[in-house]
Amino acid sequence: MTEPSTADVAESVDAPVMGDPVPGDPVPGDLGSAERVLRRDDTSAVLRLSEAEAAVLAGDPDDPPTGTADDQRMILNMGPSHPSTHGVLRLMLEMEGETVLRSKPVIGYLHTGMEKTAEDLTYLQGPTNVTRMDYAAPLFSELSFSLAVEQLLGLEVPPRATWIRMLMCELNRAASHLLFQATNGMDVGAVSMMIYGWREREEVLRFFEKVTGLRMNHNYIRPGGVAADLPDGWQDDVRRLLELIPPRLDEYDTLLTGQPIFRERLQGVGVMTPAEALALSATGPILRSTGYAWDLRRDQPYLAYDEVEFDVIVGTHGDAFDRYAIRLNEIRESLRIVEQILDLMPDGDYRTQDKKVTPPPRARIDESMEALIHHFKIFTEGFHVPEGETYAAVESPRGELGCYLVSDGGPKPYRMHIRGPSFVNLQTLPHLMEGGLIADGVAVISSVDPIMGEVDR
Amino acid sequence: MSDEQVEEGATADEAVEAPTGPTAYGVPVVDASGQEVLHPSPDTWLETVTALKDDGFCMAIDVTAVDYSAHPGRTDLPDGVQPERFEVVASFIRHDDGRRVRLRAQVPESDPVVPSLFDLFPGTEAMEREAFDLVGVRFEGHPDPTRILMPEDWNGHPLRRDVAMGRIPVQFKDAPAPR
Repeated sequence: MTEPSTADVAESVDAPVMGDPVPGDPVPGDLGSAERVLRRDDTSAVLRLSEAEAAVLAGDPDDPPTGTADDQRMILNMGPSHPSTHGVLRLMLEMEGETVLRSKPVIGYLHTGMEKTAEDLTYLQGPTNVTRMDYAAPLFSELSFSLAVEQLLGLEVPPRATWIRMLMCELNRAASHLLFQATNGMDVGAVSMMIYGWREREEVLRFFEKVTGLRMNHNYIRPGGVAADLPDGWQDDVRRLLELIPPRLDEYDTLLTGQPIFRERLQGVGVMTPAEALALSATGPILRSTGYAWDLRRDQPYLAYDEVEFDVIVGTHGDAFDRYAIRLNEIRESLRIVEQILDLMPDGDYRTQDKKVTPPPRARIDESMEALIHHFKIFTEGFHVPEGETYAAVESPRGELGCYLVSDGGPKPYRMHIRGPSFVNLQTLPHLMEGGLIADGVAVISSVDPIMGEVDR
Repeated sequence: MSDEQVEEGATADEAVEAPTGPTAYGVPVVDASGQEVLHPSPDTWLETVTALKDDGFCMAIDVTAVDYSAHPGRTDLPDGVQPERFEVVASFIRHDDGRRVRLRAQVPESDPVVPSLFDLFPGTEAMEREAFDLVGVRFEGHPDPTRILMPEDWNGHPLRRDVAMGRIPVQFKDAPAPR
């Protein structure tokens, strides 16, 4: 076996790894030009074509249009049920031969009106709804929703709850990036990677199941804290993960990072400059792959991220390979944070003792009529949240995940809006795919790592 | 031509707002639980965002809209800002000091239009389409003002408060046997 080629990643990404927070200089040097993404006419990379117009263009299927030899352009439909479109993403592609000219992501196939549903659920029920958005990283949606509710309530969360949230979120980030490794590998032809990524993710999900009762859609992080304390012996389970996963990541390095076919498939594919990423509001690994060091955990610390040490991983070329390498190394950074949390986890309550949002303990209900009424009120009517509006953002594995919450003073949100990083990042697709081959398009879609549950909500 | 009108409109607004509260970028500003919220009107929307962009705000984080028709008597607006049925909410961030601002523009039901931010921040394209699709506020000058999440032939805008919550009836008894 060859030595794990971590150095290879560092070399190819040029590893300008940012250590201490250096506010004011997220990127060294030139941001490049955003001209390419500002075009709005026919030269734009975005194909602005409606269904009706596409139908007219396509004409009668029994009587295909006979173009001249020069006119080799065609509109090609890809998806929504295409194995490499990650769920139900559909692309309208304008092709010339095998080259993609313009394209348009068509979304909404998974739209279930979750923002509308949120208006009919109490604040305590809210996390059950948002957790179904980004199903690969459900804890982050729960977290941003809970943070927003707590901001409106003016509620302090006990330290242990904060650290449990951090532990779970970092493991979730690792699980989500492991899933990316699996799907990305499969999309570009390293099919065995599918099994390996899934295998490691399963180990993390097993821990989640032990803590939250569920492998996905946990409803674990709730306004006021978390649903339950960590089970006895959780340290052993976490240590087992910390021993198990890093050697497997080194195996990924052997299998993928240093492998010429894999690199050939990703390097130089789907390139973007920092200015373009900023103009398109892209966040997360897509923005960082351009060399722009912006990570909310470091730059606008929430929870207790200012008390742990970790590096923000950035790329240099803004291509699909950098996005792969960033996610791989972010797993390592997440595990590094988890390791520190093992030592730093404080004792105490796992949820706030504010009686307004926390039901009385079970034993009290047997003794006290008031406790019973209180319990009943919290779970039927729900607790009231003061009038106001707020926005809470967290760094999810895909970028900035924000929750905009409006309260009219009642027990249910007046309006809840999730700023989904997948939804916004999807706008980069036409620009990343422009001028490339359709086969590279598959690598590009994969490197953006959209989760359609969050795109369509 | 329209520039002058906008200027006039802006000064007229300021004349009303002048004696009240603090302003930033020429529009009223309030502090909402530690977050900076600006209240431009649809007329000053584009100017305010341009001023923000010139001041180093490099990324449009979010654009969304709220229908306030079921929440009369709001108290979180600064003096001089008339509540309207719709509100367009946009967030921006500056990376050199991490400062965030949120813009809330009151948009009347009779003319639910605000200028599109596409030429300043092309990343708002999908967000504005979503706000149009779900709440029905139009963004003037948007390159592709079509529905994004709902089907193209859908009628109405589901996140408006006068659209009923959909429900699937749950049958508890006398349900037909599975076979």
